[in-house]
Amino acid sequence: MQSALSISFSQASLPILNRPLCSSNAGPSTPRNLRFCGLRREAFGFSPSKQLTSCRFRIHSRRIEVSAAASSSAAGNGAPSKSFDYDLVIIGAGVGGHGAALQAVEKGLKTAIIEGDVVGGTCVNRGCVPSKALLAVSGRMRELQNEHHMKAFGLQVSAAGYDRQGVADHASNLATKIRNNLTNSMKALGVDILTGFGSVLGPQKVKYGKVGFPDNIITAKDIIIATGSVPFVPKGIEVDGKTVITSDHALKLESVPDWIAIVGSGYIGLEFSDVYTALGSEVTFIEALDQLMPGFDPEISKLAQRVLINPRKIDYHTGVFASKITPAKDGRPVMIELIDAKTKEPKDTLEVDAALIATGRAPFTNGLGLENINVATQRGFIPVDDRMRVIDGNGKLVPHLYCIGDANGKLMLAHAASAQGISVVEQVTGRDHVLNHLSIPAACFTHPEISMVGLTEPQAREKAEKEGFKVSISKTSFKANTKALAENEGEGLAKMIYRPDNGEILGVHIFGLHAADLIHEASNAIALGTRIQDIKLAVHAHPTLSEVVDELFKAAKVESPASTTAQGVKVAV
Amino acid sequence: MSRLLHTSFLPSSTSLHSKSRSSVPNFRANKPRIVPVRAKIREIFMPALSSTMTEGKIVSWVKSEGDKLNKGESVVVVESDKADMDVETFYDGYLAAIMVEEGGVAPVGSAIALLAETEEEIADARAKASGGGSDSQSPVSPPPPVSEAPAVVEKKVSVPPPSIVSASSVHPASEGGKRIVASPYAKKLAKELKVELAGLIGSGPMGRIVATDVEAAVAEGGAASAVKTEVPAAAAAAPGVELGSVVPFTTMQGAVSRNMVESLSVPTFRVGYTINTNALDALYKKIKSKGVTMTALLAKATALALAKHPVVNSSCRDGNSFVYNSSINIAVAVAIDGGLITPVLQNADKVDIYSLSRKWKELVDKARAKQLQPQEYNTGTFTLSNLGMFGVDRFDAILPPGTGAIMAVGASQPTVVATKDGRIGMKNQMQVNVTADHRVIYGADLAQFLQTLASIIEDPKDLTF
Repeated sequence: MQSALSISFSQASLPILNRPLCSSNAGPSTPRNLRFCGLRREAFGFSPSKQLTSCRFRIHSRRIEVSAAASSSAAGNGAPSKSFDYDLVIIGAGVGGHGAALQAVEKGLKTAIIEGDVVGGTCVNRGCVPSKALLAVSGRMRELQNEHHMKAFGLQVSAAGYDRQGVADHASNLATKIRNNLTNSMKALGVDILTGFGSVLGPQKVKYGKVGFPDNIITAKDIIIATGSVPFVPKGIEVDGKTVITSDHALKLESVPDWIAIVGSGYIGLEFSDVYTALGSEVTFIEALDQLMPGFDPEISKLAQRVLINPRKIDYHTGVFASKITPAKDGRPVMIELIDAKTKEPKDTLEVDAALIATGRAPFTNGLGLENINVATQRGFIPVDDRMRVIDGNGKLVPHLYCIGDANGKLMLAHAASAQGISVVEQVTGRDHVLNHLSIPAACFTHPEISMVGLTEPQAREKAEKEGFKVSISKTSFKANTKALAENEGEGLAKMIYRPDNGEILGVHIFGLHAADLIHEASNAIALGTRIQDIKLAVHAHPTLSEVVDELFKAAKVESPASTTAQGVKVAV
Repeated sequence: MSRLLHTSFLPSSTSLHSKSRSSVPNFRANKPRIVPVRAKIREIFMPALSSTMTEGKIVSWVKSEGDKLNKGESVVVVESDKADMDVETFYDGYLAAIMVEEGGVAPVGSAIALLAETEEEIADARAKASGGGSDSQSPVSPPPPVSEAPAVVEKKVSVPPPSIVSASSVHPASEGGKRIVASPYAKKLAKELKVELAGLIGSGPMGRIVATDVEAAVAEGGAASAVKTEVPAAAAAAPGVELGSVVPFTTMQGAVSRNMVESLSVPTFRVGYTINTNALDALYKKIKSKGVTMTALLAKATALALAKHPVVNSSCRDGNSFVYNSSINIAVAVAIDGGLITPVLQNADKVDIYSLSRKWKELVDKARAKQLQPQEYNTGTFTLSNLGMFGVDRFDAILPPGTGAIMAVGASQPTVVATKDGRIGMKNQMQVNVTADHRVIYGADLAQFLQTLASIIEDPKDLTF
């Protein structure tokens, strides 16, 4: 009885109440941003006070409204449907679970989130967030150490130094701050945060509890698994947490070794090489494939190698596996045995001060009770369809069970997990939604940054051949961008892969100053299906780095004309 | 507006034209490089595509042998240290012979292909290319007829071959010197500076060759490697010194000379002390891997002792008054190529040992590169001079004008000593000898200072805080 009341009321009242309150301070676009990504909302927690106030207002007002409407409902979290404890239970309070929870509350679902460790998951505690703190330091160190760069500005800086503990504290403080923001944002909305390891007991039934305590069993109309991942350590490698480490340890920055080997040259390895070399370490990359940075567009990785690897104190071994790594002990250094990736023959032995294992991440899906619902993981990943619905051992969909984020392995990025979570909530609240993964951008926060969305050039050419369309490339250089030159950061390239026949953007890759921030124009265009001939008419402020992307669009040669609904017409109306 | 600023790429979309503006004119300026060889056969050289480029890699030949070339056409794509670039020809003709195949590397200025003016000369050119013995494997040596061409092949000063160096790296994994263990930057530097790593002795952890070893090898050249291996230096040091010649002072030698003469006006005296270093050696061994150097440890110990005896850290300039210096800045004498300099560890009593060691490393690097700023070498309040690494057991130092005292540090060596309880034992001992300005510092001051210093070094737990 009360449930019907509160749901309808809160849903109806929200938009009306939100807008005027938020827009007066933070601008009309704020509510929409909030709805899109879980991380956005917590970000307000440490932004200037103006926005903070506006957000608190918003949340308070909602609570008041709801409790006034349904006096017995304690939380502003909707009320469960009949016969279930919750409308939605999420296992895992990482960025994916958080994004889903916020969206669920927005949609009026009574939501609980189960967390066995700390709120925030990998991203906030052991991943993107603390690493950005370290990279912020490394970027500044790099700049201050680059006398040539400073001189070109007319600046004089005497020898820059750093205090390791201070740097480490910055990273852990940031993680704590973001974690608190995340927790508070969920508490403020009334999401129930249940502590303990969650597992699936059966359809629509979940148990959770701390070790040594009796389990609690709850039922939910829908369940989302969002348990994330842990660093993957290949066999033969002994991690001691001191000299042989994973990103979990490295982010604590307990030491800055003279010489560190980094196994794997993907995002994680690259970012850490940036941090360590800026702090004075020398780095040796060990990459199993024949090329460094194998995941990136070849042209970008080639340029990145020229800028991020060759001039720095880095060397590398490619086409080799680290078959055995033993930590330093008894006065001996860390020993790394290398074997040829193809022939498996021993190739070399390295002895270094430390080794960082950055060979990717493995899904964290053990103990989830998947056997209770007949789901078999594939290399640990939970199989899902393109709507994140879990597929069981017989290839059938498990009703009311979804899996998002690293645990399904579709695209192991925090914001992808969040987007998948939002997509699931859209579905369970009656709006069919399929997330276009090709529109999800990715970024590597080296100095300068690398970002990308969509297909790489080889992938696009392969697709074009299969489907019989033509592919064109347009490129711009940061050297031609006023803002980049003003910053003395002209090194960089932006590249767009597109269809000349209809103007569809297939992929955009950027290497250069603030590339991670520049990619969104392209990713939004892909997500919304905007064609080049239309977006090239949009105006960019001058002088800004965004003009790099503008130039990409303008340099493209598209055969079809701009659509008639383009700006000119609209303006006339 | 931004449209006006747009630079286009080269027409061929495969090449990234990142250094375009600076390097293309550069290349054009090098036009005369394509010199006529026997009138009609020209060479195509590896161009300098950037100011830092020393060699280039052939990414791909756009044209193949026998193709007709028109002036301004792209012939080859070259990868420099910065970018891939198309290289075009400035003459019409035929691509007669490719001397460096795709994937090959050639130094800037060496011939990578021959260009014949007419079809008939293609054969001549090919004969020349093969006759010169320069097949694609050895692109570096241009064919003989070109020897009169102004080839700009860079010849960097090479470090003497490892013949004199018999000692090998002691790294545990180096398998008795068969394997070279060098840090990534050391390898990079060695390649850049053309230093043979096999000849070097590593000073890094467990005998690893580090960047400073490579730099030292370059700076010291032959003489130094002889010193390091303790081979009598006479024979090796001879080159470069012309016996019997009169050599004017360099600026640095002039300055040292002036200072030394000026020092004669200060009445000095000396006090020596023998200090046990077993505990210090043990501490050093323990924290060496964290980058701590012996010099930093000694500077730290001295600074802590000075903090308790401010008069030893004072200075008298005018003979009428003296200053208790507000900070303890330890100057450490360093021999550099052609002289002596005293980089200063400022506030050595306050800075922790790790930062101090880092600072010291930085100062030494700067000193070697002759980049020390004045405040980094003339603000010392107390000077350390250490000749222990050469096996010197004691010496005395001249007091630099403007400071109160200087300490000469000898080698720490195992010594048989009688202990107070009547036993005989082996202890590592080091002799230090302080020279001080007796106008302000008296014998008892120095004696007390040295006693404090000895107690700090013999129980060094305070050094690491």
